[in-house]
Amino acid sequence: MYVRLDERYRVTLTLNGRERSAYAEPRTQLCDFLRHSLGATGTHVGCEHGVCGACTVMVDGRATRSCLMLAVQVEGRRVETIESLAKEGELNDLQHAFRGHHALQCGFCTAGILMSCHEFLGRVMDPSEAEVRDMLSGHLCRCTGYTGIVQAVLAVARARQNNRQETP
Amino acid sequence: MNSATLLHHQQPHSYVGKRQPRVEDEALLRGLGRYADDLAVPPGTLHAAVVRSPHAHARIQRVVIEAALQIPGVRGVLTGEDVKRWAAPFPVGVRQPMEHWCLAVDKVRYVGEPVAVIIAEDRYLAEDALDAVEIEYDVLGVSIDPEMATNDDASVLHEAVGSNVVNDRYFNYGDADTAFEQAAHRLSLKVRYPRSACTPIECYVVLGQYDPAEGGYDVMANFQGPYAIHSVMARALQVPANRLRLRTPPDSGGSFGIKQGVFPYVVMMGLAARKVGAPVKWVEDRLEHLQGASSATNRVTTIEAAFASDGRVSALRFDQLDDCGAYLRAPEPATTYRMHGNLTGAYDIHHLQVRNRIVMTNKMPTGLNRGFGGPQVYFALERLMQRIAVTLDLDPLDVIRRNLVPTEAFPYRCAAGALLDSGDYRRGIELGVEQGGLEELRQRRESARREGRHYGIGYTVAVEPSISNMGYITMAQMPEERRRAGPKNGAVSTATISVDPLGSVSVHVSSTPQGQGHRTVAAQVVADVLGISLESIRVDVELDTGKDAWSIASGNYSSRFAGAVAGAVHNAALKIRARLDAIAAQQWQVSVEDIRFGEGRIYTADGVHATSFQRLAGATHWAPGTLPEGETGGLRETAFWTPAELTAPDDDERINSSLCYGFIFDYCGVELDSLTGRVTIDRYVTLHDAGRMLNPQLVDGQVRGAFAQAVGAALYEAFHYNEDGSFASGTLADYLIPTTVEVPDPTILHMETPSPFTPLGAKGVGEGNNMSTPVCIANAVADALGDAVEPGAIELPLTPSKVRMLMGIEEPPRPEGVAEESAQASTGGGSKLSASDSVEIPASPQHVFESILDPDTLKAMIPGCHSLELTGDNTYRADVTVGVGMIRARFDARVELTELEPPHSLRLSGAGKSGMGDAAGAAKIRFSEIEGGKTRLDYDYEVTVGGKIASVGGRMLSSASKMLIGQIFSRLSQRLSGSTSKGSLWQRLRALTGKRGGDQ
Repeated sequence: MYVRLDERYRVTLTLNGRERSAYAEPRTQLCDFLRHSLGATGTHVGCEHGVCGACTVMVDGRATRSCLMLAVQVEGRRVETIESLAKEGELNDLQHAFRGHHALQCGFCTAGILMSCHEFLGRVMDPSEAEVRDMLSGHLCRCTGYTGIVQAVLAVARARQNNRQETP
Repeated sequence: MNSATLLHHQQPHSYVGKRQPRVEDEALLRGLGRYADDLAVPPGTLHAAVVRSPHAHARIQRVVIEAALQIPGVRGVLTGEDVKRWAAPFPVGVRQPMEHWCLAVDKVRYVGEPVAVIIAEDRYLAEDALDAVEIEYDVLGVSIDPEMATNDDASVLHEAVGSNVVNDRYFNYGDADTAFEQAAHRLSLKVRYPRSACTPIECYVVLGQYDPAEGGYDVMANFQGPYAIHSVMARALQVPANRLRLRTPPDSGGSFGIKQGVFPYVVMMGLAARKVGAPVKWVEDRLEHLQGASSATNRVTTIEAAFASDGRVSALRFDQLDDCGAYLRAPEPATTYRMHGNLTGAYDIHHLQVRNRIVMTNKMPTGLNRGFGGPQVYFALERLMQRIAVTLDLDPLDVIRRNLVPTEAFPYRCAAGALLDSGDYRRGIELGVEQGGLEELRQRRESARREGRHYGIGYTVAVEPSISNMGYITMAQMPEERRRAGPKNGAVSTATISVDPLGSVSVHVSSTPQGQGHRTVAAQVVADVLGISLESIRVDVELDTGKDAWSIASGNYSSRFAGAVAGAVHNAALKIRARLDAIAAQQWQVSVEDIRFGEGRIYTADGVHATSFQRLAGATHWAPGTLPEGETGGLRETAFWTPAELTAPDDDERINSSLCYGFIFDYCGVELDSLTGRVTIDRYVTLHDAGRMLNPQLVDGQVRGAFAQAVGAALYEAFHYNEDGSFASGTLADYLIPTTVEVPDPTILHMETPSPFTPLGAKGVGEGNNMSTPVCIANAVADALGDAVEPGAIELPLTPSKVRMLMGIEEPPRPEGVAEESAQASTGGGSKLSASDSVEIPASPQHVFESILDPDTLKAMIPGCHSLELTGDNTYRADVTVGVGMIRARFDARVELTELEPPHSLRLSGAGKSGMGDAAGAAKIRFSEIEGGKTRLDYDYEVTVGGKIASVGGRMLSSASKMLIGQIFSRLSQRLSGSTSKGSLWQRLRALTGKRGGDQ
């Protein structure tokens, strides 16, 4: 797609299972587009230089820093944010585990952390604590000291593993 | 204590004290939190970007905005001229002619200082225009190092003050001079505590609006309090407080004190809105946040103890130099005084002297930061306690035990006035030792050391103050000034409970939380008192100064929620309950004592009468005519609560600086990687007594969060400034916050000694580990490094490179058959450098001169000197271990004193050889008498090294030599100031200024 700096483009994507579109400049960051043009304010912006991980979303199934991606890059693609996790109004197992393990306090970094964990648990069935910590090391959390987050992810992995064994 | 009341009314199902999951989480986990930048803005809102100073210190010659205004989409630029026209400088906490405006008006004093505000159609356009503002600066010299900033020749930030030291106070409690004279031992330690900040992941957000009809400002900001700052903002905006409506959003993405520092931007964006006649929104970015938001105060402390041979400390002296950056921004210098009443820590020490100085430097202004004043104090105090143990060859834990405040002494009045409310410190130590597995840790150290690994154990005890006395900040003033200004004290907290016509309960607290779970705990407290379900209660934590109950102590700081705010909630619930008690008693013609609340019902103890809570409470709205006499109808109660114990400072300068004092006992085992210097925490044990725990899950959450931040402060995080004042920690790739792989899981232990002074017996628990953990890790690293390392060289953060440097490389044994060579200085062929420096010593030139000629003093002066043997007239043979860079070597050296011209000058030279190379150095020292009977030593020195030592490179060699030579003279200074014959440094300082703190 060829773009001009001073023009706005209609960007159409599938956001959390629904087709959405809005105008964006070529330089509009994906995080700003999601939050301010599409109203998906669950995704948060912490550093705008790719370190803190708060703005992580899934683009075509891969965890992605939305501050390091432009809105025009998601044209025609599938984006999932934290708002997609609760199914039919119910928190999913990962969200429940976060609550149960006191894995969040201010909740600001949580959106990105949940998306990374969501992707990770879909790809690693039986992770060790070291693997979970390594995955989470792309996120900064200032409130929790991480213990609850690590415990929540391990608990979900174990529970899913048990479910799989019970229902082969 | 009112908790007896609570227990009397306690329902079969009680919430308080349980690990209750949080009511906040449901929305936050769905991405439905409402943080400041998520809220809808009024139509026509414009967006701001802040032009910031690239210089640390410069005079502003000209600000040209025309080019910026030409950029499409830019709607206005706010400059210092506008600010001078519409606003006033912020009030300052000390009486000095220094001005701080929300935008620089004449000079910039730190890199990142706001100079102008671009206001444009969107944030991208506003940022585009930043470079188009042309500012001409006349660059000035800088003051960066706090000690150098106090020198007479330092570049002065606030010329009207005439000095960078803007406050200098002495305090004297008990009779420390006598205690020092009589003590068997005394030990002094100089430490530096660096700058860092707890950096919330959400940055500042402000939406400013100006209403010309009312002449008022309406600002939404993720401010955290204290609301005493509301007065500061209103005064800067030159409006009555009711014309500054300040609102906070429902959710806030962390703060840890830092979001107190948003207040200059509240004023700035109010003015920006006035400038363009439209609402203006500003969202701070991370780069702005790191360089310009707020920082903890860095401190240089010289601490000295007088103690007996068993380690019992009789007196302490603190000399604290606090670097508050470029401006003394409210509530500073509160960092210095937050801990004042409890400077003696968890110890029973009766004699105390304190000197506190506040110095301005060309760095970002400081402000609240979790732990606030605590990490700085405990780093000095607990490092000193460790040194006392090492000096006396005692177990550090025994030295701690011997000095603890005895259990039977509570409530205990500390030397400087803190009233330690409750505790059982000895039991805390024993519990911690048993349950945390100290014995196992000791065994691990032993086996690690047997294998030649570097393993150490560190200990810390601390009292964790909470619920600040709003009066402690006035300690920066002289007692006469305080008398003139009128007393300041207390800590008013507020809570409002409303019951609506359908009988559902809403609670409002003015505690502006940022993730601590206040909504959950408030609901727990109310549910218990009113006997209703937690889920049925709604708690609102937004604060609107235009509508809600609030006071100056409102806000979220000094860990005041559990003790003070939850207590106010409890009191408000009791007021509601008392009214319902009376209504039910009249309706049923029974006594009030027979009324019970529980399971959503109100009933009599005998079971004869019962009704639902909703029905009875709703009657206050639907049928006020049926209510008892005096019952007004409607059901809404606000409780204000302030503790009587928080009195204003007295004329003897005693201050109960906080209401509650929790107890912490920490210890940890660390291992140092001998290759990289990386510090790995093997185990960290932290025991807390925070009084009654209202929700143990949240207590653990606070401990873990504080611990992680403290690991960052101990090992990774520091705001670094270069010598020219440029900021070197401007991104999260430079300012290293620990991640999951760096933060171990601490072992958390609890005990509960309820506070007799808070309604629920709870104390604060949010900041303890920020205070105790950095020094505990430092003590463990010190233990691992052993005695060869200069105690003052253990500075945070203990990064791998720093630790590796401290570890040194041991000199390999001399190969067999190689004959011992005689000590001869090398000539040429190596690295050579020369430099000069000076030092002040508190003794006369004659005395200093003679002391240097004394072999004992000379031996004490030379760091790492194992023996010194007189070989001729003022000529010695010395056995010295010296570290340069990572290399540590043992030298056989010749030391000479020549060119003696008493008491004016002499030459001190040394030359030696070691397995790692050879070295020679000489210093020409000149003695001149200065004010106060002191001596200024000016010295020019020259150092030449050859062999492996020279391979460390000139730069490192230069800093190592500077440090080594500096150590020689600071040791001399320490030795001479330790002699009591001519009166202590303290006495002379006091005599010099004629100032006295409160005597007994």
